[in-house]
Amino acid sequence: MPTITIDGNKIDFSQGQTIIEVARAAGIEIPHFCWHPKLSVSGNCRVCLVEIEKMPKLAISCATIASDGMVVHTNSPKTLEARNAVMEFILINHPLDCPICDEAGECKLQEYAFAHSRGESRFDEIKNRKEKRVQLGPRIKFDGERCISCSRCIRFSDEIAKSNQLTFTNRGDKVTISTFPGESFDNPYTLNTTDICPVGALTNEDFRFKSRVWEMSSTKSVCVGCARGCNSEIWVRNNEVLRLTPRLNEEVNSYWMCDKGRLETFKHINAEDRISGTYIRKAGQLQKVEWKEALDVAAKSLRENKSNEIGFVGSALASCEDNYVLLKLAKQMNINITAFTNHIVTGDQDQILIREDKTPNSLGAELIGLNSNGVDLIYRMIKDGKLKALIIVEEDLGSLSEDWEQALGQLDLLIVTSTNSNKTTALADIVFPASTYAEKHGTFVNFQGRVQRIMPAVATEEEDRALDGMSMSRWDKFGTKFDRWMQGRKVDAKPSWKILSLLAAYLGIKMKFDMAEQVFEEISNTIDAFRGLDYDVIGELGAKVKINEKIKI
Amino acid sequence: MTEKKRIKNLSLMERIYIPEIAKGMWLTLKTMFKPSVTLQYPEVKFEPTGSYRGRPVLVKDQNEVERCVACGLCARVCPALAIEVQASETELEKERYPQKFEINMLRCIFCGLCEEVCPEEAIVMSKDYELVFSNRDDAIFGKDKLLVPVENLKERLDFLRKFKG
Ligand code: SF4
Ligand code: SF4
Ligand code: SF4
Ligand code: SF4
Repeated sequence: MPTITIDGNKIDFSQGQTIIEVARAAGIEIPHFCWHPKLSVSGNCRVCLVEIEKMPKLAISCATIASDGMVVHTNSPKTLEARNAVMEFILINHPLDCPICDEAGECKLQEYAFAHSRGESRFDEIKNRKEKRVQLGPRIKFDGERCISCSRCIRFSDEIAKSNQLTFTNRGDKVTISTFPGESFDNPYTLNTTDICPVGALTNEDFRFKSRVWEMSSTKSVCVGCARGCNSEIWVRNNEVLRLTPRLNEEVNSYWMCDKGRLETFKHINAEDRISGTYIRKAGQLQKVEWKEALDVAAKSLRENKSNEIGFVGSALASCEDNYVLLKLAKQMNINITAFTNHIVTGDQDQILIREDKTPNSLGAELIGLNSNGVDLIYRMIKDGKLKALIIVEEDLGSLSEDWEQALGQLDLLIVTSTNSNKTTALADIVFPASTYAEKHGTFVNFQGRVQRIMPAVATEEEDRALDGMSMSRWDKFGTKFDRWMQGRKVDAKPSWKILSLLAAYLGIKMKFDMAEQVFEEISNTIDAFRGLDYDVIGELGAKVKINEKIKI
Repeated sequence: MTEKKRIKNLSLMERIYIPEIAKGMWLTLKTMFKPSVTLQYPEVKFEPTGSYRGRPVLVKDQNEVERCVACGLCARVCPALAIEVQASETELEKERYPQKFEINMLRCIFCGLCEEVCPEEAIVMSKDYELVFSNRDDAIFGKDKLLVPVENLKERLDFLRKFKG
């Protein structure tokens, strides 16, 4: 293997790698703005200049192919001098915007200015003025003054989003980013440019000015927008989700996520229509009651029905744990009618990330043993009067069609666990509040057969950030119950698997689960596809299930 | 028990006390003829100079707009976590403004770090030292109590320019 020496370390590399790649693989970070591991090399920012022995001039490490025996210095006086000069050049026309710039705190320019710069400007002239607050697309605002013309956003929209919507216009210090005439920057992946923009030139309209980045906690999670299950990070302040960002996973989503997943999969967590506490229908109205009473009534009403008249509906939106406990309870009650439903939007799919299947866990629900065609059978049985009672977990059957709404109205007993109010809960006799994916531990299986973990980012009433090991911001760490930022709303909800195992106890069925992890342990012990897996093995990046041929993906 | 050793043995003069008492009386007598410095607070109020660090307030410019751009640096630097800011967008050139700005006066320790860090000279220490509340919620000052017209803060602003640059 050829070797290269970087800052005195001998490093092996494979032919064709650039110096910046070799260094990065060995844990040496060479400063860079325009280079990105997933984009073509552009070499315009010049910050990655390094000194290479026997070469007359400094070379940019992003475009210089490593060769055997090269000796590279990334911190020599000559390199540092060049880096400072480049920084000074970039900062000449950069506004003093950090206080009002959303990027502050995660800004490459800010970080490098702190680490490698003169500290003060020698430029006495008036800085260039450019357009600020330009609406580049429906979800993105652009600030011309902050842009350092690295072209990452252009290369992203050409190479990754395949939409060719952005370009540079003008020249020299007047250069700026613009869409092609008459076009809007509106492809399904635009918001990724706000992540890769090394400065605060591109801002996410939805998150703009909501919070400084250092005030939030971040929790590793998975997007629930479709069966891809893009790895994500949930950013929370005052117990409220403020934004989602993608998290690197080469096997699933690389550095990206789609705009829809980023914007539309968290609003329901903060929404006003969250169900908090248990409800029972009394005299035609849903009324809030204690958990005990709701569980008691639920158990009693279930006992009044024959087991062949009861059906269980799981959900591809719920975790494997939720669906497993549902199925286990059904089996213990001798109930054979179980199902879940898919949410396929035919044609809404691309070669990049987005999948037709708009649920995060349909494969998981199937592997656990639920049948996706079974809901049609359930529908017919209700219509024929053969099914009198239904338990639905986190699925809004009432919104599927008017027929379904009618059918649910026909039931003698409808028990529902749900995160938000919807048509199904409006028809229910007993409603249990379910935790959302951002409030519980659990697993989803994506369309590739990859089990991925979700973790609580928002605390429910029964959770405590510190005691339950959730990620905490500085505010969370030092707040007391008298501080307003500690008084963010907490919903009285529980994960569906927990609600079902409580219900089991009230039915006199033995089922001892205190933690999602115990449920998963039982899953991996009883279901072949999950054998050998546990939460540690799955880790942050997920693990493949073993799928036999019978289940088609 | 070992006998306790004095650090210094008193002399005879000191031990009889009388000269010491006389010295004290003499001081009292002298002071009686000096001008008095005691203030009859609260009838008479103490008026501090510009260097005094009373409760932090927000500067309201002549155009009736707060200078603050809700950057949150004061909240970040505050060692007592007394400040909470919620930014929002405005049509004005400054782009951001504080939709909510709260200082918990039970947490504030009057260190003046918020004033020092502020890039806009938007939060300054005032001369106000009278802080009385009867419950925790009253101690949280919102924008209504924090905004002070710039005219009333002239002395402090001059002091800052002169000594802090
Ligand atoms: S892009 Fe970075 S350096 Fe520029 S104003 Fe924003 S935070 Fe500051
Ligand atoms: S907007 Fe950001 S990503 Fe695009 S060229 Fe400017 S600095 Fe680079
Ligand atoms: S592609 Fe699917 S999983 Fe990924 S962000 Fe979009 S909706 Fe979410
Ligand atoms: S540091 Fe100044 S500008 Fe920033 S939030 Fe505080 S008062 Fe406002």
